[in-house]
Amino acid sequence: MSTAIVQLSDSDIEAFGAELDRIREDFLAERGESDARYIRRLIAVRRGLEAGGRAALAVSLLPPAWAAGTAMLAAARILDNAEIGHSVLHGQWDWMRDPRIHSTTWKWDLLASEAAWQRGHNDNHHVWTNVVGKDRDFGVMILRLSHEQAWRPYHLAQPLYFALLSPFFDWVLAVYELEFDAVREGRKSVGTYLQDTGALLARAARRAAREYVLFPLLSGPSALPCLLGNVSADVIRNVWIQSVIFVGHFHTDVETFTEEQAADESRGDWYVRQLLGTANFEGPPWLHIASGTLSHQIEHHLFPDLPNNRLPQIASRVRALCEKYRLPYTTGSLAGQLVSSWKRIFRYALPTRPVPLPGRTRAPGSTVE
Amino acid sequence: MDFAAAAALRGLRGLVRTVDWLTFPLYLEDCLALANPLWSVREPRGRVEAVRRETPDATTLVVRPGWGWRGHLPGQYVRVGVELDGVLHWRPYSLTSPPGAHGGRVSITVKATPDGRVSRHLAHRTTVGTVLRLGPAQGRLVLGRRPPGRLLFLTAGSGITPVMGVLRTLVARGGPADVVMVHSAPTRQDVIFGAELRELAARCPGFRLHEHFTRGGAGTRPRLAMAEVAELCPDWRERETWACGPAGMLDDAERHWNRHGRADSLRMERVRPVLPPLAGGTEKEGRVRFIRSGAEAEADAVTPLLAVGESIGLVMPSGCRMGICFGCVVPLRYGKVRDLRTGWLHGEEGDLIQTCVSAAAGPVAIEL
Repeated sequence: MSTAIVQLSDSDIEAFGAELDRIREDFLAERGESDARYIRRLIAVRRGLEAGGRAALAVSLLPPAWAAGTAMLAAARILDNAEIGHSVLHGQWDWMRDPRIHSTTWKWDLLASEAAWQRGHNDNHHVWTNVVGKDRDFGVMILRLSHEQAWRPYHLAQPLYFALLSPFFDWVLAVYELEFDAVREGRKSVGTYLQDTGALLARAARRAAREYVLFPLLSGPSALPCLLGNVSADVIRNVWIQSVIFVGHFHTDVETFTEEQAADESRGDWYVRQLLGTANFEGPPWLHIASGTLSHQIEHHLFPDLPNNRLPQIASRVRALCEKYRLPYTTGSLAGQLVSSWKRIFRYALPTRPVPLPGRTRAPGSTVE
Repeated sequence: MDFAAAAALRGLRGLVRTVDWLTFPLYLEDCLALANPLWSVREPRGRVEAVRRETPDATTLVVRPGWGWRGHLPGQYVRVGVELDGVLHWRPYSLTSPPGAHGGRVSITVKATPDGRVSRHLAHRTTVGTVLRLGPAQGRLVLGRRPPGRLLFLTAGSGITPVMGVLRTLVARGGPADVVMVHSAPTRQDVIFGAELRELAARCPGFRLHEHFTRGGAGTRPRLAMAEVAELCPDWRERETWACGPAGMLDDAERHWNRHGRADSLRMERVRPVLPPLAGGTEKEGRVRFIRSGAEAEADAVTPLLAVGESIGLVMPSGCRMGICFGCVVPLRYGKVRDLRTGWLHGEEGDLIQTCVSAAAGPVAIEL
């Protein structure tokens, strides 16, 4: 794939970057009341779903109430984590100056601490997207997803453990953000690590008390179905969130980069890397919201601080630009993207040999085998 | 009985805290506020229940505060948060209603200033039913339980608003014993609460009103001279004086009271942020770093750091926005700042600076 980009000259890349800057400025100028209404309404819907879900599960001896309650609770949690939490913690709504909808104060219903996630996600992953050795999403996890990562025998089991861990995604994320790898490399002190672990356990205990003790007890005779509903809502959320994250960067056509390639990047180069390192998926409007607009992962990576609700509008302009500069724009149906991402997990479970190719914007890992 | 009620309240608060601890990150009141936005303690709000036009550019908003409101003292102001184009703006307004009046409702009186987007919106485009954010009541210039016997109110323009809360409280307590008010406004029609003041002066022997008009008729003078105040109120030396109005008048008053050795009986409240005394940028423009949030912004020598931070979306602590309340102080990490009221250049590492009246003089970093 992406043989065309080798022909892009420096000035083409700069022009491409300038056009993207213009898109960004246009949307910043338009940003206003309707956007504020969007996030406020979404937060209200999320709260309503949570209240409704709790109420329904309180009488969940009745099977329809159980189904409705579990669905509402799962939906509330997915909205909380993705379309709301992810975007607020990105600072996409800081311009509203509302102290309760702000990247510095927001709390989400996930085990990972907000501050640790912001460091890992905003400062590391969004800056060093798909740079192996820098982007912690590549190379530190137990998953092997590119040639640049050394193969170890345990990678043979990666499809299996990836599937088995997906119902526990909130735990995986929280443990990942503790950065054990940083302690090993001496970037994080053991004391801080233990402190963060303690905070995580306290948070988990509080959450467990709420989900597995308080609300079931409040449900009286419906205690057991309520407990089951709460657990199911967590599992649904975990599997869903892991899936939509995973198709964004681990799609077969998504490229990886070396540190040398990312070393002297211009703004235009950075944009190109973000574009080549991400994939979208298509679907009806509800799917965009349910995925936290990670369905527009490309636009999100180009403009991490633009409000989510704008990304679908921006997409048509970004796509047109990609056609003009003959840059690849990876998109497809969610099912197709999932299949493609799974293929990647299976492919790199087996040992592969890197075939390096020179080229500034071309990744060594992107060759066809 | 009081003890039992207090214990019950403590118990209730403890219960709410326990529930909040368990339901984190969602609070019970967040769900209640879906039904009624006033049912929030963390995010105090108020609903506008009446809108009264006082003068062509001043409007009184009668607001029913929600759960988070803890009452006020006469003379205090409240920070009001209003959303314009999706952005929340906070501005301080004096509370013009006496505490506990109108079944718990409070009123603020907003004068639209020509360049004030927020004040024009509040004064001209607010309708009954609008929900506003409220801060806590603030301000130390308040009327005590036992007010001084003789008072002089020296006011101009919208400077009448903080004094009005005090005057109405005195009326509610049985009438002012001995109050003289000297008020300046461009014309008779521009006097906020004019009719009410005149009616009170006619009815109540303990209240004398002198109105001074700076525009309109023959024989009007641009600004009230302090010598005239002394003529209108010969015993001004024996009175506690509350002065409130634009900077020019207050500076005059301060000089006058100082010269006569009566500075201790003068209490002042400024109504508008003081305009920077710097003519043109004599100081090099600076760059501000907000250490904790990691943000950076260009700042010129006449824009308060508070406004610089807000313009890039930071939630800046703020209060009166005019250098009085110290609600906005933040430690300075490096660089120098200029006090926009005095032009004084200052700043050592660790100094607590008032961001609302300090502008960057060169590169600056603040702990925020």
